[in-house]
Amino acid sequence: MNLLAAVTIPDVAIFVLSAALSLAGAVGILVVKNPVHAALSLVMTLFGIAVAFIELQADFLAAVQIIVYAGAIVVLFLFVIMFLGVDKREDLSVEPIVGQRPTAAVLVLGLMASIIALGFIGHFEVGPQAQTAELTGAAGNVADLGRAVFTTYLFAFEATAGLLVIAVIGAVVLARKPDAPKAAALVEEGGQ
Amino acid sequence: MSIPLSWFIVLAVVLFGIGAFGVLVRRNVLIMFMCVELMLNAANLALVAFSRSLHDVGGEATVFFVLVVAAAEVVVGLGIVVAIFRRRQSAIADDLAEMGG
Repeated sequence: MNLLAAVTIPDVAIFVLSAALSLAGAVGILVVKNPVHAALSLVMTLFGIAVAFIELQADFLAAVQIIVYAGAIVVLFLFVIMFLGVDKREDLSVEPIVGQRPTAAVLVLGLMASIIALGFIGHFEVGPQAQTAELTGAAGNVADLGRAVFTTYLFAFEATAGLLVIAVIGAVVLARKPDAPKAAALVEEGGQ
Repeated sequence: MSIPLSWFIVLAVVLFGIGAFGVLVRRNVLIMFMCVELMLNAANLALVAFSRSLHDVGGEATVFFVLVVAAAEVVVGLGIVVAIFRRRQSAIADDLAEMGG
């Protein structure tokens, strides 16, 4: 059975493009010194994954990927990097713990090899397909996804609303200056 | 006929591996954070690929929630980084070792 016979040239081209973009960005995050460059590499990876989502006909998720990740999360990263001024370059030539990098490389390669081997050797039984809802596909899946999120996953959707509120409150509490009451008291004293 | 599922799974595994390697090796807290985002995205890619392969919208709905949780995680995590930086003037993980034995 020839795997390559079944796929068309444009599909392969789009897949290769998305894989090249995301892998180049990922390696970029790994090797650059400056955190700002790492954030820009992250944008490239996220864009590559968005292209892969389009190839998988997940149009809505591709758009959300660009808007939320590249638009909001990476901007937040860049904002914190520039706010803190931590473009202090990390020295990548020294290895603080002896043998850390080879150990990490062996562990990660072992992980990757075992997952891929499981995928090719193992035999997986899946239950009845389309349990949640049929993914109709062709004309985009926004309607399918919306129907699932607002019916089957309604409780999870409401829970994420609570999670986001908690996260915002937590961020405000964490980022507040630790001696805010004291400073306020000083200001009050100065005013009197 | 579209791309087989296995190609996407291999891509997702490689991206996850690069992210895991980055978390293990890099010392800048912000870059470790970016590597965690990379691992989350690799998992998202696998979920969408399986969702397409099994014709079930559940995987894509899960990716939607993963995106929300990732956003919340980044907000809180960067808040912690800002708080640490205020106190220690450093974003290198090795400098935060006073709780070590």
